[in-house]
Amino acid sequence: MTSRFTLITTIAGGLAALSVASATLAAPLKIDTSKSTVVAVFKQMNVPVDAKFKKFAAQIDFDTAKPEAAKASVDIDISSFDLGDPEYNKEVLKKEWFNAAQFPKATFVVSTIKPSAGAPAGTKYDVAGKLTIKGKSSDVQFPLTLKKEGGTQVFDGTLPIKRLTFNIGEGEWKDTSMVADEVAIKFHFVAAP
Amino acid sequence: MQRYTKPAVLLHWIIALLIIAAFALGLTMVDIPGLTPTKLKYFSWHKWLGVTVLGFACLRLLWRLTHPAPAYPFQMPRWQQSAAHGLHGLLYVLMFAIPVSGYIYTLSAGVPVVYLGLFPLPVFMAPNPELKPLLKLVHYWLNMTLLASFCLHVLAALKHQFIDRDDVFKRILP
Repeated sequence: MTSRFTLITTIAGGLAALSVASATLAAPLKIDTSKSTVVAVFKQMNVPVDAKFKKFAAQIDFDTAKPEAAKASVDIDISSFDLGDPEYNKEVLKKEWFNAAQFPKATFVVSTIKPSAGAPAGTKYDVAGKLTIKGKSSDVQFPLTLKKEGGTQVFDGTLPIKRLTFNIGEGEWKDTSMVADEVAIKFHFVAAP
Repeated sequence: MQRYTKPAVLLHWIIALLIIAAFALGLTMVDIPGLTPTKLKYFSWHKWLGVTVLGFACLRLLWRLTHPAPAYPFQMPRWQQSAAHGLHGLLYVLMFAIPVSGYIYTLSAGVPVVYLGLFPLPVFMAPNPELKPLLKLVHYWLNMTLLASFCLHVLAALKHQFIDRDDVFKRILP
């Protein structure tokens, strides 16, 4: 009897502590990395190729009620880039491409998020921020869409970048007829409630 | 002796040259270590050659089905006639199977073919990393079968020309 009572109080206490914790830490969203993706799409001799960054971390502190106050950053593990071939994966980590030994992470930090003009509230935003790859930073802007699916929030967007801005592909790889300068970084982030 | 029709002769030699080029390029490109622009270029060219072979092979099959091959000389032993038919049949099969296997292999690797860098060809399959090594083996062994068949084909032609002296080889000369 006493033990059951202790158990119940423990659970109740635990739940209370949890709810307090979730109330104070309500803002940052939990990104479900198993359902989220970051993919680079580029053209090699006009052939579209998709390659995933398998490891990344996203911190998104976003409230549709006050998007201006949003804070978000994404850290991408460069060595997790997957072209679908182990040999090529090793090659692109070398100095001419990502130079992963010196620059193991790419980062994106949001500076502003504004609701897009004309779009229904809470569905489309204009994002500006700073993208850093291979030690080079560049200001980028892109549209973001937000969808609510069940209890989750889904963020989708595409950052169009030029690889040569970040010195990705040096020497003979500067030839954009082999690998196009334009690269689209597509992301899909699923945030748990 | 009756000769093959002009279009049949033309198709035979065009396809022969394309196949030799694609085969040589295939062997060369896979031996280039690492990742270089030349390697990527060769891969693209190899795929374009393969697709071209497949296109000509379709034309050739249609032509062959509507225009029978000239008969073999009556003195040629039956087993040799059957062997020749069998080998020609195998070469026809490989002429289709090899480009198709290569095409599926590259789709499994997630790299579709854009013919001549201009025309995106159909992507009927999602990238499939599990199937990729198997498709690579299939493409390789079909090619080794082609190499063996090609050697037999050339040796037989030379035998007809220089040992039998029966003009069989002349039927296909331009």
